[in-house]
Amino acid sequence: MADRVIYATYDDDHTLLEGAKKLVAQGVHITDVFSPFPIHGIDPVIGVKHTRLGIVAMMFAVTGLMLAVVGFRYFMIADWPMNIGGKPSFSLLENFPAFVPITFEFTVLFAAHGMAITYLIRNKTLPGMPADNPYPRNTDDRFTMEIRLSDNAEMSTDDLHKKIKATGIVELEEKDYVKIK
Amino acid sequence: MHKEAAIREPLILGHKTYSDITEDVCRSIEGKAPRAWYIMFGVALLVGLYGIGCILYLLGTGIGTWGLNKTVEWAWDITNFVWWVGIGHAGTLISAVLLLFRQRWRMAINRSAEAMTIFAVFMAGLFPLIHMGRLWVGYWVLPIPNQFGSLWVNFNSPLLWDVFAITTYLTVSVVFWYIGLIPDFATIRDRAKGALSKKMYGILSFGWSGRAKHWNRFEIVSLVLAGLATPLVFSVHSIVSFDFATSVIPGWHTTIFPPYFVAGAVFSGFAMVQTLLLVLRKGMKLEAYIHTKHIEYMNIVIMVTGSIVGVAYLTELFISWYSGVEYESYAFINRATGPYWWAYASMMTCNVISPQLMWFRKLRRSLLFTFFISIVVNIGMWFERFVIIVTSIHRDYLPSSWSMFYPTWTDIGIFIGTLGIFFAFYLAFARYFPVLAIAELKTIVKISGESYKDDTAPGFGGDHPVVGSGEASPKIDPEQKPEDTIKKETKNKDTDANSDSSDKGE
Repeated sequence: MADRVIYATYDDDHTLLEGAKKLVAQGVHITDVFSPFPIHGIDPVIGVKHTRLGIVAMMFAVTGLMLAVVGFRYFMIADWPMNIGGKPSFSLLENFPAFVPITFEFTVLFAAHGMAITYLIRNKTLPGMPADNPYPRNTDDRFTMEIRLSDNAEMSTDDLHKKIKATGIVELEEKDYVKIK
Repeated sequence: MHKEAAIREPLILGHKTYSDITEDVCRSIEGKAPRAWYIMFGVALLVGLYGIGCILYLLGTGIGTWGLNKTVEWAWDITNFVWWVGIGHAGTLISAVLLLFRQRWRMAINRSAEAMTIFAVFMAGLFPLIHMGRLWVGYWVLPIPNQFGSLWVNFNSPLLWDVFAITTYLTVSVVFWYIGLIPDFATIRDRAKGALSKKMYGILSFGWSGRAKHWNRFEIVSLVLAGLATPLVFSVHSIVSFDFATSVIPGWHTTIFPPYFVAGAVFSGFAMVQTLLLVLRKGMKLEAYIHTKHIEYMNIVIMVTGSIVGVAYLTELFISWYSGVEYESYAFINRATGPYWWAYASMMTCNVISPQLMWFRKLRRSLLFTFFISIVVNIGMWFERFVIIVTSIHRDYLPSSWSMFYPTWTDIGIFIGTLGIFFAFYLAFARYFPVLAIAELKTIVKISGESYKDDTAPGFGGDHPVVGSGEASPKIDPEQKPEDTIKKETKNKDTDANSDSSDKGE
């Protein structure tokens, strides 16, 4: 049987947050929340773990830094040392002060782009991807909770509806769950 | 979410609901452009095309069409480059540094300031490319294996550092800007009526749907990008200043150049932001979001950085005498009293005296005066670069080779042309892109909105939220205990940098 989903819509971020807390306390599992801007404090309530993208950025930064060092060591020291105004050019360490700016720029270049690309791929937000917010107004002023019936099998549908309706919603819709992406 | 101290001026005037914000920003995108827009865009495009014509003429004929000579071998090209890069410093400073300092007023201006940054850096990047004369060998600045022996680029040279710095700055700024744009494009996509605009904004919004997990990532990505972009902003203009400071030309060989250039860059960047925003807010009826307080904040930044620049001018003047090096002293005496005294005098008047007027509250809150000063500052900053570059080299060690610089029509045409291209880009941005950060503004409307601060918002303060208006009773951050809230409130009164709940889940 196809999974069914309840979309409970609120017109205020705070009402949704309070509602989510109440529902979770009653044992309702909230699959996701769609909102036009970040709702602060919703993540721990609905069980969204803190992102690890910061670590990703660090890993890309280290990659960039090492690539830069390996690169200019080969170009300037190993392959073709150049005598420029008598500046030290036969050891990486002696020549390093001149390479600091590029080391920094390359580190930032890698960290920023690596993290941004990872972010877009993990979100499945890429050019041409379809959007899957249930209502167009979710990007304007409507806040929607997605509650799948398969996640709340121990509760009867009527019971679930009653619990949700008690949280100050403006709209409630139950339909077949369609996975868009 | 906590209530902001009442003593703070509201950042959003009047009563705005969430959908009002969407409506106000999208109105100009969805409606017809006013006639003034077409006129301005047409003029900018024509001027820009003339500039492109001049560039093509330059590339076809050679660098000899510029007014350069054996003594003055760097003039308007590098002046324009440094000027544009400097202007390109405000956007990322506003969005990155002010994000780290949790300044909420940045939210009304960051989007358009970043757009300005990106277009300004485009214009800046044009000059090093065309000054090569042979644009088609521009790839020689990249360290790629080649057949000229193992001829690598010189990693010891500040000019190569510049290549890396500008490229990194441009691409990271674009990424930062676009990550913030994605949710706002999604807003426009979901409102779009025409099939074409729905399709276009659908592609631009990358399929953003505003899931909780995505917002969680969004906030961390913004924060980390801000952390990366902050040192980047400072490094870029420091490296530009190394182009001069690492040389042995009297007047260039100065250790104060990096901080002095960075302050000057922020100074001119904010001036350009003021010029553009004062027109934008009026033309697009965004006075409720970008109002006198925002202008005042930016004028304070202009005043502070302008003062740093002023101190730097006087320091280098003093040190040139104090150093006892006669070439160094002469370079500065020649700047002030030589044949280019008028350039030096304009620089001093525009950059040292004019920002000091901002000490007067009445003046820094006057929009007309701000507009006037912002243009004066930009003229002054162009002269600063001209003074540093041309007056330092036009009289070199050998008096027989002393000479003057006279711009040719190609010099002038290319400079005016970049202004045209820049404004054409900016006008196109203002027409098709969300000029305010819609999602970010929604996070502060209930904290800093005027009607929420003085309790005149309908439904606000009562028990029953008004359905459909996005209103609810006053809020306390659910994660905070009441005593935390009080603590936070008192902290806010002490520090100017108030905590910015919209940036990151703390």
